[in-house]
Amino acid sequence: MENNLITLLLIIPFGGVLLALSLPSNRFRPWLLPIFGILHLALTFLIIQAGPLSAANGWLGVDALSRLILLIISLLFCGCSFYALGYLRYRLSWGNRVFVSCLLLFLFAMSLATISRHLGVLWVAVETTTLASAPLIYFNRNRLSIEATWKYLLLSSVGIALAMLGILFIAYAGLTEGGHVSLQFDDILQSAATFSRPWLKAGFVFLLVGFGTKVGFAPLHTWKPDAYGEAPGVVGALLAGGLTSVAFLGLLRTLQIMDAASEAVLAREAFLAMGLVSMAFAAVFVVRQPDFKRMLAYSSVEHMGIIAIGISMGGIATYGAMLHLMNNAMTKGVLFLSAANIHRRFGSKRMDEVRGAITLVPFSSILFLLGFIAITGSPPFAPFVSEFTILQGVFSGGHYVTGGLFLFFLAVIFIGMGTTVLSVVFGTPSENAGDKDYRETFATTGMPLLMLVIIFVLGVYLPDSVRQIFVDAAALLEVRA
Amino acid sequence: MNNTANLLLLLVVMLNFFILGSSRLGSNIRTIAIQGGMLSLLPVLAHGFSNHTVFLAVAAFLLKGIAIPYLLFRAVRQVHIGREIQPLFGYVPTLILGTLATAASFIFSDRLPLVAEHNLSLFVPVGLATLATGFLLLITRRKAINQVIGYLIFENGIFIFGMLLTEAMPLMVESGVLLDLLVAVFIMVIVMHQIKREFSTINIDQLTSLKE
Amino acid sequence: MKTTLLQLFLHLLLLFSLSPLLAGVIGKTKALFAGRIGPPFLQLYFDIWKLISKRLVLSRTTTWIFRVGPVTGLVVPVLAALLIPFGAIGAPISFNGDLIFFVYLFGLSRFFIASSALDTGSAFEGMGAVREVTYSCLAEPTILLSFIVLARLSGSLSLDAMFGQTLAASWHTAAPSLLLILACMFLVTLVENCRIPFDDPNTHLELTMIHEVMVLDHSGPDFGMILYGAAMKLFVLGALVVGLLVPDTTGNMALDILLFTVCMLVLAVLVGVVESTIARLRLIRIPQLLVGGMLLSFFSLILLLR
Repeated sequence: MENNLITLLLIIPFGGVLLALSLPSNRFRPWLLPIFGILHLALTFLIIQAGPLSAANGWLGVDALSRLILLIISLLFCGCSFYALGYLRYRLSWGNRVFVSCLLLFLFAMSLATISRHLGVLWVAVETTTLASAPLIYFNRNRLSIEATWKYLLLSSVGIALAMLGILFIAYAGLTEGGHVSLQFDDILQSAATFSRPWLKAGFVFLLVGFGTKVGFAPLHTWKPDAYGEAPGVVGALLAGGLTSVAFLGLLRTLQIMDAASEAVLAREAFLAMGLVSMAFAAVFVVRQPDFKRMLAYSSVEHMGIIAIGISMGGIATYGAMLHLMNNAMTKGVLFLSAANIHRRFGSKRMDEVRGAITLVPFSSILFLLGFIAITGSPPFAPFVSEFTILQGVFSGGHYVTGGLFLFFLAVIFIGMGTTVLSVVFGTPSENAGDKDYRETFATTGMPLLMLVIIFVLGVYLPDSVRQIFVDAAALLEVRA
Repeated sequence: MNNTANLLLLLVVMLNFFILGSSRLGSNIRTIAIQGGMLSLLPVLAHGFSNHTVFLAVAAFLLKGIAIPYLLFRAVRQVHIGREIQPLFGYVPTLILGTLATAASFIFSDRLPLVAEHNLSLFVPVGLATLATGFLLLITRRKAINQVIGYLIFENGIFIFGMLLTEAMPLMVESGVLLDLLVAVFIMVIVMHQIKREFSTINIDQLTSLKE
Repeated sequence: MKTTLLQLFLHLLLLFSLSPLLAGVIGKTKALFAGRIGPPFLQLYFDIWKLISKRLVLSRTTTWIFRVGPVTGLVVPVLAALLIPFGAIGAPISFNGDLIFFVYLFGLSRFFIASSALDTGSAFEGMGAVREVTYSCLAEPTILLSFIVLARLSGSLSLDAMFGQTLAASWHTAAPSLLLILACMFLVTLVENCRIPFDDPNTHLELTMIHEVMVLDHSGPDFGMILYGAAMKLFVLGALVVGLLVPDTTGNMALDILLFTVCMLVLAVLVGVVESTIARLRLIRIPQLLVGGMLLSFFSLILLLR
């Protein structure tokens, strides 16, 4: 029964893909999204209840990290699926067979990635997420989105190819010591201590670069502003919250291998460097950013950096990072979905054309504003808790320079984002602005609101059972001396 | 057995050089097809006949040797891509860089701690050299289709390296990897169509609206 | 001492008697491809004979340099031929480092032929000289690198030893490098002798000619010397290719000479086939191919050294 859960987790979204491809009606097809979103979420809860699972000779399995990431993507997808329902109704004439199928395929690939216990399977799954999301980014069918799609496709494919090389290097590291070659994660963890160091380190670098490209660490982030900026908001939310988490899982798996090989110091230093560089880049580009969706992309770069720093510190900061994975995903959901509403109302996402959104789309504007307050780490929202925990870890570890830089970048980004967000939300709308026929409905504001509630609740009260998920996930990343 | 594999790998390097120096799109795609076809022999040459290697060889041949070149040729015809390649900088500098990179990968892989049986085989150096060639093509070529070709060469390099580790890669995963490659090229070709439709050229110089 | 004298005699006999035949074989092959009967095999012998018995016409603007070009063009290939073995016939002259001497001998003849072309003061000949020198200086590294590979393989710095007994053994240990070198040497043979795809020896359009345009003003015996020198140059470089490809010897002198001769003729046929099947490259693409050859020889060196 329990092993069936894993199989179901794969079969359900894949069945959804087939169903979406075969259903003829553009009007009813979008309903598949919430149906499968809820099924997936229910299954995720069952899996989390069930504890550690394993299937297919240990190729697939669920550990604490999988549970966390699975929960993140499932919650986010479920929320986005209801939003997509409203969005696709608005874009009914465009047809949505490819869009819906690709969304479900995206869900399938992400689920596969979270539960894979074989590096090869993980790679295939992550590559599939790239392929499934490329058509999603191109949904708007204009010059800009085609450009974004091309850059995304090429950069991600090359990046992920490098990750493949890294995986092969790690396998070779096992081979040089005369061991049995296996890419099964548990086998690697067991024998990692005997691996040949040069190959292992080279493999780590390639994996870091490869999955780092998907995560969007600076300076590998160049596809991110384009893709997030040009994709429909719902896709942006899924990329910024879901895909980055899945790619981060790849990095965390790498970290686990390095830990098992007692090379944790090197790995953590690399994470720290990546994290700080990402925050610095984000701080530079977020200031005076005229395009509020691109601004969100840089914010995503920043938060990936924050998580990387949290992980590099270990201890309580790792727990904070796990928490932040969840908070970032939910908050990005709020921001992208509400930004998409504003974008649609004004037909523009440039700061000089979008002003005074609060008079035209009041709910979305307030959600956007609150989302901004949350993502920059202000109480009472959950990102404050996680960022504070990370910072606590940084300072208690005695890394005052890192902590200082961290705070400095946070402040710069707060000011940078604040200028843009405030100008978009308040200010006086120009004469001819906002004559698009979009009107806010519950379908398009309900879900961001729900996500905002989640991060609010997580911010003020974290139930022990939920807390345990994060603690367990962080425990997997602790260095076993 | 290993000698044949080595000779084949040297031919792969020659094809790398050829593709770096060649100015015609058609011959580039043909080279990709030949290279893919040659690579598909490697599993059998390196590990002998078994269900696994034969399947891998056949699948790689069908994909790298036939399906992907066919897709690319079709794209060239339908999108009316001109024959000339127009590199970012001249062929000769690219060729020189490519040779230097190849030489570097040969020298570098000598210093790597290889398993004894791999010491004389060319899998590692040629794999790295092919990776470098692909990377060079990716950054120096301006047309979208040439970037796809660069990506394919890049993948070929990884494929060559992966030949050392076929035991670690179960069939399922291997076929997943190949399938992903095919789908990636397929989507890239579709995107290329769209680029052509929107910009009436596939020079990615045009793709510069999105920037800071 | 006796064998050396015999060697020298046979060496020069082969060189002087056979080299114009190569051009005839190439011409016949091309004619065969084109479906023509073509000039007789011995056409070049007749041409040279005819030119030598003709009167010399000299332009008033030329100086003594103009006369030196053809002489070096004739003498240099003979000297160079003495440095290399023809099949089993060892090189009559051999010393350590003669590979550099060999390369610079051709440099010398190129210098004088180009100078004599410039000496005429004609724009066409100047253009030809420029092209000739450009392409040659791109081909020179290739041949030097190839020699270095061979020197490394044989452990000797003289051409005689490099193409000698050790070569046969090297084919077993370093076949990839040698194959690449073979391709490079063939390329050099083609470019140094102005064959297609680099230059068309039959073209009469001055704008696209390279070598032919340099010698437009030469006439009579001078032109004969140039033609004969060019034929010998082809023979010498061809002998290197053949020596590289067929290092084995039968042990019987007569058989070896026959083998060598047949191989040279086959090479000529091959050149003819290349000329019949490949179009001449555009001028801007020539340096590219030459650099390619250079890089190939460099790569083969790396392959050997690793």
